Amino acid sequence: MKNSLRATFKRGSMAGVATAGAAALLLTGCGAAPEASTATNTASNYTGCIVSDSGGFDDQSFNQSSYEGLKKVTSELGLKMNEAESKTNNDFEPNLRAMVAAGCNLTVTVGFLLGDATKAQATANPDKHFAIIDFGYETPVANVKPIIYDTAQAAFLAGYLAAGTTKTGTVATFGGIKIPTVTIFMDGYADGVKYYNEKKGKNVKVLGWDKAKQDGSFTGDFEKQDKGKQFTQNFLDQGADIVMPVAGPVGKGAGAALQEAKAAGKDVKLIWVDSDGFLTAPDYKDIMLSSVMKQMGEAVETVVKQDKDGQFTNKPYVGTLANDGVQLAPFHDLDSQVPAELKSELDQIKKDIADGKLKVESAASPKA
Amino acid sequence: MSENTEPRPAAAPDPDRLPAAQATAVEPEPLEDDEAFVTSLDTAGGAHQPSAVPVSTQSGSLPGAPEEESVLRMIFTGNGIVTILAVVLALILGGLLIAMTDKVVGTTAGYLFARPSDFLTAVWSAATSSYVALFQGAVFNPRGAGVAGQFAPLMETLTIATPLITAGLGVALAFRAGLFNIGAQGQIIMAGILASWVGFALHLPMGLHLLLVLVAGVIGGAVWGGIVGVLKARTGAHEVIVTIMFNYIALYFLRYLLDTDLFQRPGADTPISPILDPSAAYPLLFGSQYRLHLGFLLAIAATVFVSWLLNRSTLGFEFRAIGANPKAALTAGINVSRATILVMTIAGGLAGLAGVAQVAGTEKVLTDGVAATYGFDAITVALLGRSSPWGTFAAGVLFGAFRAGAVQMQIQTGTPIDIVLVVQSLIVLFIAAPPLVRAIFGLNPRKKKAATAGKTKQAATTGGAA
Repeated sequence: MKNSLRATFKRGSMAGVATAGAAALLLTGCGAAPEASTATNTASNYTGCIVSDSGGFDDQSFNQSSYEGLKKVTSELGLKMNEAESKTNNDFEPNLRAMVAAGCNLTVTVGFLLGDATKAQATANPDKHFAIIDFGYETPVANVKPIIYDTAQAAFLAGYLAAGTTKTGTVATFGGIKIPTVTIFMDGYADGVKYYNEKKGKNVKVLGWDKAKQDGSFTGDFEKQDKGKQFTQNFLDQGADIVMPVAGPVGKGAGAALQEAKAAGKDVKLIWVDSDGFLTAPDYKDIMLSSVMKQMGEAVETVVKQDKDGQFTNKPYVGTLANDGVQLAPFHDLDSQVPAELKSELDQIKKDIADGKLKVESAASPKA
Repeated sequence: MSENTEPRPAAAPDPDRLPAAQATAVEPEPLEDDEAFVTSLDTAGGAHQPSAVPVSTQSGSLPGAPEEESVLRMIFTGNGIVTILAVVLALILGGLLIAMTDKVVGTTAGYLFARPSDFLTAVWSAATSSYVALFQGAVFNPRGAGVAGQFAPLMETLTIATPLITAGLGVALAFRAGLFNIGAQGQIIMAGILASWVGFALHLPMGLHLLLVLVAGVIGGAVWGGIVGVLKARTGAHEVIVTIMFNYIALYFLRYLLDTDLFQRPGADTPISPILDPSAAYPLLFGSQYRLHLGFLLAIAATVFVSWLLNRSTLGFEFRAIGANPKAALTAGINVSRATILVMTIAGGLAGLAGVAQVAGTEKVLTDGVAATYGFDAITVALLGRSSPWGTFAAGVLFGAFRAGAVQMQIQTGTPIDIVLVVQSLIVLFIAAPPLVRAIFGLNPRKKKAATAGKTKQAATTGGAA
């Protein structure tokens, strides 16, 4: 009795599921079949490839920008593209070997952690070309093009901007891990604030980074957003009102803390890094003052185009303010909060740095 | 008089309980027999002194502990059919997932009724092409250059399996002694730190250097595991909590070290150690076209060793006795504290071997990702291997194949590498729920199940009443 009841119930539920499924299919599945077509737009046999570091292609940071750059250039030029995401550091070498085996003409690798593996594969396969983002070799490798950035130049502008907009006279920054590609932001930022103080006779303080000692606040990784939030709250408690997190996704923690502070009536602002945060982290639009951008996508596009035209060199590509490889993003919604005078000063500083009249130095600057 | 008769119903549920437990774990293994033996011994001990211990305490404490343990034991040492079915089921679900996320399947689903064949072919080809690529990346690639190239994927599988096997053995061994060792990750890290330091900071002749690297790594893992054993044996600190915390301590210690000049390359400021000396690296087994290194032979040796240790040695017998029932083992005169410390030390040493395979075998440098996720995958491997040495070996090779194949699958078909992680996780899920797997494949004889359920119920009520 019990069994038969259960069976009926089961059958009933199956029928229900089937009906629901059929309904769903009816709703979604009644488009017209396309005509058979075989045309593809692969105009070339050139293959551009990319291997991420363990952050993955959705890290809203350098993996993502490089990936999008390669995707854009390959679809524009009708090239083939291979991608391999590394989940752990152990995946680097297998991924690179697989790329070579797949016949990639140029393989873009992302980050210093891939430095050794890229060098090893490049040496073993001298006829293949490689490009590595954010890492330069002490002794150049013949078929690897380093793509590096003098980020301090753009971060200098951000520091000057922060010093010119702060209401409390205190600004802050913190990093993810203490590596050159992170500290270079913090160096430039601190120097920008210092330059403002010298010019205006003010005393704006920087929390989170001491350029002379090369030491400051680091969350320890690029993952734990709650730590970014905690750091930012500490900075706010110490009187800072503008924070620049240099920690990839951890920056979202800073954004969350700042938004809470804003909801509580404080006038606080966020400076994003790597990409234009107004576009890539739209949750924090209303507090996004500006961003220190590294135009990695454009650099990848350039290198792929050059390689396809047979103009590959192993001379490093160095992104600077002069070649727009690094930039300060537009102010977007907060445009009205930046005085016109400050804007023109920033333009002048940018011009001076680009012309070499104003030197921005960091221990982490690429030596080209 | 009534005092004398009462213990009998109280002890009676236990004989009932035993067949019940065996019925759920369809295939009684030798180990299960051990457990049965020990449990019945225990019961006998309980029945012998009925007047000394109040009846209520007996029924409260005695059936409780072995029962709870048996669930965990069932998960760890469940029967082989369920294990294989769990893998099959996970692969099928993974295939469906691949199909669902496939672009072609998505577009063909849009005109399912206009041309259903398109949709079905798309589903089939999405799933099969991914798995074919997985196979080609893990076992045999027909498009490889020559025989050497065709078998390159198999070599890669064995390379990736090496740390999984040794770390998995560590977890499996600890489990056989009733300890849930989550600490393989930390043990690999500590081994990696010591082994890599010996590898890049000291410059010694060939042979001796590698030997020292090996010893340093194994000691690093063994000490890190041994501390947990001491804490467990001396203070009763729970090994799950302690090992998890030790994983964090090891990771942050590693990150700290990588921020010091001692572990950074001279002149550089990045958290990455110098490259190990060639004399400190494992020799490659079949030349430089493969990555397979001496560590794999050591993994085989470790499997033989653990197999001997568990099945042939006195120490192994003690481990298993403690795993089956620590109280009975103590009563039988086994030094439980000593064995706990020893088993954690050996488990740590085995995980340490995985750390050495990392720094001296494949990576050749120390970064904060030195342990990758091997420490946690090792738990899955031990689970899948049902905590037996050769089972763990096979499971390690299977997971190595997944990892190696995933690279090819990602490049060839564009299937996200995460699918492999999903399949791995599904395997764990299914292994942890044997009744679910049996139900899906119709292996649960309903009548038998109803009967056992009734029995346990009865037993429970009698026990409660007593």
